[in-house]
Amino acid sequence: MASRARPLNPAARALAVLLLALVLAPLAAVAWRGADLSLVRADWSAVRFSVTQAVLSAAFSTLLAIPVARALARRRFPGRAGLITLMGAPFLLPAVVAVLGLLAVFGRSGLLNSALTAVGLPPISIYGMQGVVLAHVFLNLPLATRMILQGWLSIPAERVRLAQSLGFGPSDTFRHLEAAMLRDVLPGVATVILVICLTSFAVVITLGGGPRATTIELAIYQAVRFEFDLGRAASLAGLQLLIGGLAALAAWRLGRPAGFGAGLDRDLPFAAPPGWRQWGDAGALAAVTLFMILPLAAVALRGLPGLSDLPHSVLPAAGRSILVAVLSALLATTAALVLALASARRPSPGIEVAATLPLATSGLVLGTGLFLLVQPFAPPMRLALPVTILVNVVLSLPYLYRILLPETRALQAGYGRLADSLSLVGWSRLRWLILPRLARPLGFGAGIAAALSMGDLGVIALFAGERQATLPLVVSQLAGAYRMEAAASAALILVALSFALFWVFDAGGRHAAA
Amino acid sequence: MYGFLHPRPIRRIMEKDMLKQLLAAGLLTIATPALAQTPVLTVLTYDSFVSEWGPGPAVEKAFEATCACDLQFVPAGDGAALLARIQLEGSASDADVVLGLDTSLIAAATATQLFAPHGKNPKLDLPVDFADPIFLPFDWGWFAFVYDKTRLAEAPKTFAALAASNLRIIIQDPRSSTPGLGLLLWVKAAYGDRASEIWTALADNIVTVTPGWSEAYGLFLEGEADMVLSYTTSPAYHLIAESDDTKAAALFDEGNYMQIEVAGKLAGSDQPELADKFLDFMLTDAFQSAIPQTNWMYPAVTPAAGLPQGFDAFRPKKSLLLSPGAAQSVRDAALAEWQAALAR
Repeated sequence: MASRARPLNPAARALAVLLLALVLAPLAAVAWRGADLSLVRADWSAVRFSVTQAVLSAAFSTLLAIPVARALARRRFPGRAGLITLMGAPFLLPAVVAVLGLLAVFGRSGLLNSALTAVGLPPISIYGMQGVVLAHVFLNLPLATRMILQGWLSIPAERVRLAQSLGFGPSDTFRHLEAAMLRDVLPGVATVILVICLTSFAVVITLGGGPRATTIELAIYQAVRFEFDLGRAASLAGLQLLIGGLAALAAWRLGRPAGFGAGLDRDLPFAAPPGWRQWGDAGALAAVTLFMILPLAAVALRGLPGLSDLPHSVLPAAGRSILVAVLSALLATTAALVLALASARRPSPGIEVAATLPLATSGLVLGTGLFLLVQPFAPPMRLALPVTILVNVVLSLPYLYRILLPETRALQAGYGRLADSLSLVGWSRLRWLILPRLARPLGFGAGIAAALSMGDLGVIALFAGERQATLPLVVSQLAGAYRMEAAASAALILVALSFALFWVFDAGGRHAAA
Repeated sequence: MYGFLHPRPIRRIMEKDMLKQLLAAGLLTIATPALAQTPVLTVLTYDSFVSEWGPGPAVEKAFEATCACDLQFVPAGDGAALLARIQLEGSASDADVVLGLDTSLIAAATATQLFAPHGKNPKLDLPVDFADPIFLPFDWGWFAFVYDKTRLAEAPKTFAALAASNLRIIIQDPRSSTPGLGLLLWVKAAYGDRASEIWTALADNIVTVTPGWSEAYGLFLEGEADMVLSYTTSPAYHLIAESDDTKAAALFDEGNYMQIEVAGKLAGSDQPELADKFLDFMLTDAFQSAIPQTNWMYPAVTPAAGLPQGFDAFRPKKSLLLSPGAAQSVRDAALAEWQAALAR
């Protein structure tokens, strides 16, 4: 990894190619087995609906996250650290668990409708486009807030001090500092969320209210499972990838490095403007806290009663899930760091696309394709856990990359030339420059990756043998056998473990950075 | 270290290359492969059959006691995923028996030509005549809308009455779930050309459509709907497992549609005799008596000890079932009608 060389780092190039191969080869395998590539008329309305709900979800999640992130950046209050950590939680909920949590608040017999009925107002319905977007905002707004807050924290204290000494008011600060930071961070955040929502499956169908809410992923399900029309499944998955790829390229074109330069890392909070802005910040924080806590509390309350008599299989399943999650997180973090560093040294649309496309893959097509690829060489059952880890790495890498990229860019801009002139390369550059300066985003990213890997179920379902169930699989088996209470408890354990893993990595990163 | 704990897996894995060995040693020790000498019968089935609260463990124990073999269940998602899985594997499949397809999938499964005839003519306790040269039933049930008696005093007795009411129902998507597909065929079997009319009338009763049975049932238990599409045996679960007799199943004058779950032997099986033996075993008491309180369905052959309490509570007077061929041929049109009617 010589520093003089301007061409793309070979390790990063190899990784990008490998990522693309892991996304495209299974798709090709499915297409190869299918008769011919084709789409039916109904598929186009599925595409339209998928894109519409994804754009709305991404727009609301990102825009609403800005005031919350700003309030967190410029206010100090008791419980702030806890609130920031809690922001990791909704994103980690398995879809079905999140839906049940939301229904406890917004459902027909939920808190909100009970309150409305009590004061004589008509109840509102969560089912339809509004419910889909609400659920996606619940799942993704906290993630967006964390990513945008990271941007606020990366503005060097020197720039803030300068702004203050020049007598900048809040609107000047926004124009000269915050807007530039947002220009750097927002396109990436919005793209990640748009692409996640594009492939969202259970949330959209369950809250969508009927066949109007047909997504690409549901059409793929139908094609694979009831019609065994692999050509159509591959066409749909390819189309989904294409949309995701275009979104990634658009984000790449829109995003501009903020160019703040390096600072001395003094901890200087933003000016906390008094007056109505203070009330605005307090309102934003209170609203988002309530919006997160109520459904989470409902999830916890549903899970507690059944904890005492959970089936035995929960324990080994939890162990396997943790093993998978930790290994996946370590591998994904390493790979994402390589890509983000390379991309910061030399911007490359190739890396950008390779690091975003995995989000747009169809879980079912990925699993089916890997199954087809693996089957001639080994019984898929025996490769269940390695394949799951591989898939988790591929699927969580995009988040990590998005989290790391603004930071590696700032690092390169601020310290790249200095480090080059000192011939600080290879291991020592990593040890003395990169890891210390990136500890915070690396910890946050690894936490997200670990927690995501705890929850992933899509692929293992095809590969899992009798004795290899992971925790999410046990949850779905319990729910499939009437045992809703036990399922809720197992889900609570899953969520608690995911959150604990996230917290260990995230707090570890923040501790190392401090 | 792992060799000491699991001598056989390691010996088999040594033949593979280095990378696979590493992966295997690190991660796969739980997946104990077949014992080398005893013959292995591989049965591909759905997840909930295999889980520790499903029929799998009891069935495995009972069959292994008689067969001098190792019975291995391989879970493959739900009923619809099973057929896709077997088509993916094609003739290279390691499976000997597939257990858990249902009547609406039989025609498609037969068309794959991957299954072999069973050549048996057992006496079954089904409310309809059912005989298929390739697939043998192991359990069955009636679809029904399930409700809570404390919240709904009187359930509608026809689809028309349901559609005319203000009751809110949750159903499953016929494109991703077998009960959802069952309802589609139910309305078609009961109303034929008028099915579209019924769906249009039902549209405003449907709260939402879920991807699978468990989401729908979970939402119903949370109070999101008055009724949910499930089985006539669902109240028996609450009665037996939770001592809760508040749930009931609505019996319809048009008749309730049936789901018959079947198993079939794969033509490419390397253990055809063992597979036959398993299919015979499947209809004996040892297998059938495990079904009611694990799968919560009616056994295909009523065990000598009879049925548990609650299984006689909701028996429709009329059973509806389309033949596998008819179910296959009406499906696409019925699906299009359903989509058009509900998309409004």
